[in-house]
Amino acid sequence: MADKIKFGFLLTGGCAGCEMAMVDLSENLLGALEHIEVVFWAPTVADVKYKDLEAMEDNSIDLAFVDGMVRLSEHEHMVKVLRAKSKVLVAFGACAALGGIPGMANVHPTGELFQQAYKDTFSTENPEDVYPQPEYLLDGKYNLTLPAFQDKVRTIQDLVDVDYFVGGCPPHHEFVAKAVELIISGNLPPKGSWLTSGKAVCDVCKRNPANENMERVPVEHVKRTVDGHPEEKGCLLQHGYLCLGPITQGDCGASCLNVNMPCRGCGGPIPGITDYGAKAVSAIGSILGSQEAVDELMEKFPTLSKLVYRYSLPASRLKSKA
Amino acid sequence: MEFSPNIVGFACQWCTYAGADLAGNLRCKYPPTVKLIKVPCSGRVEPEYVLDALSKGADGVFIGGCHFGDCHYKEGNYKTDRRMQLISKLIQEFGFEKERFRWEWISGAEGKKFAEVMTEYTEQLKKLGPNPVKEGK
Ligand code: SF4
Ligand code: SF4
Ligand code: SF4
Repeated sequence: MADKIKFGFLLTGGCAGCEMAMVDLSENLLGALEHIEVVFWAPTVADVKYKDLEAMEDNSIDLAFVDGMVRLSEHEHMVKVLRAKSKVLVAFGACAALGGIPGMANVHPTGELFQQAYKDTFSTENPEDVYPQPEYLLDGKYNLTLPAFQDKVRTIQDLVDVDYFVGGCPPHHEFVAKAVELIISGNLPPKGSWLTSGKAVCDVCKRNPANENMERVPVEHVKRTVDGHPEEKGCLLQHGYLCLGPITQGDCGASCLNVNMPCRGCGGPIPGITDYGAKAVSAIGSILGSQEAVDELMEKFPTLSKLVYRYSLPASRLKSKA
Repeated sequence: MEFSPNIVGFACQWCTYAGADLAGNLRCKYPPTVKLIKVPCSGRVEPEYVLDALSKGADGVFIGGCHFGDCHYKEGNYKTDRRMQLISKLIQEFGFEKERFRWEWISGAEGKKFAEVMTEYTEQLKKLGPNPVKEGK
């Protein structure tokens, strides 16, 4: 047995759900730990500081995962440091790979976001209009600093070279196991690939009309999940719920469809797609059966980008000008 | 120097591209702002192409197809129309002006209309100025 794989894990602008998915591997993870030595896992698990990572030699980590997107100057700095220290860097989960749920903020100007977060939320009391400042001089002598809030949410790839991508919010544990196995066996696909099956959610979805030799029919009415309970049987897209299964990586085993929710695209684009939201528009636009259905869609989803780029807005070809 | 917009155009081979050809044969005048790409059907134009063109700095993107009922593939242009309404909404949410993306139905007999639309679209984009992604470049 060769030396253990030196492993690092950094949480940037994420919720730690991706790290939980890793921990969810339980026995599998214990098995993997025989081959892996954790040299950095911050800020969540190991008692290491950023300066410890900064002090490491370049390329001394064999494999590093990042979960979360980039929004703060701190994220940017640490992602760049981690890249320099690592031989292989994996953007792990929807936030790291595509910008994720926090990426939807990109259609709002910073002022509006601050106003909402620090002023308008009903649980906030802020009569003096205090907003976070990157620097503050306390009592005229203590210079306090905070990481600076950047203009837009960015993906890891926007900043540094990424070797592999893993989708999911969070990544499904079976699929994480597969990725870890691939890494340990050294059987990796070409750089830049997603560590996925390449199959769409529809492919593994029990509701797929093709299973019953049925053809897809145009959709006349668009529904939202708040409009009622989606049907337990049949393709949700055909029932008018805008399921993004046709264009999304299905390594989750169609989890959402198994509990009657349409796919919202957390698995990331299937191979060959250059822009997830544009492809979503293509898929949805071609199944709508009438102008009335288009109007209904526009009315029910007033911010279209938050439907078609729910997990991938910062990865869009168009960079938002908000 | 006066700003001359750069328009990326997609035209279906059965109608709008034939219309552009006819405009040439009739010696209709229109500005040399459009770079026309022939496609089998306007329904073949992926929304990805529109975003790609805009993200690379095209000042305007144009799609031309057959009139409703005249599509060579029966309903390709209905699909185009539905998709393009969604794309138009999307680019506006990203902060791009509505006018940066336009689609029209122009038949093979409407050479004059093709020239008129290109002239008018060019004027419109001139007023609007360059694509904001080019700023600072
Ligand atoms: S991808 Fe989902 S689970 Fe992972 S950090 Fe982002 S929000 Fe959390
Ligand atoms: S569109 Fe959705 S519900 Fe229909 S088969 Fe695909 S994943 Fe299943
Ligand atoms: S069905 Fe879609 S949204 Fe749900 S877990 Fe799978 S990829 Fe994510």
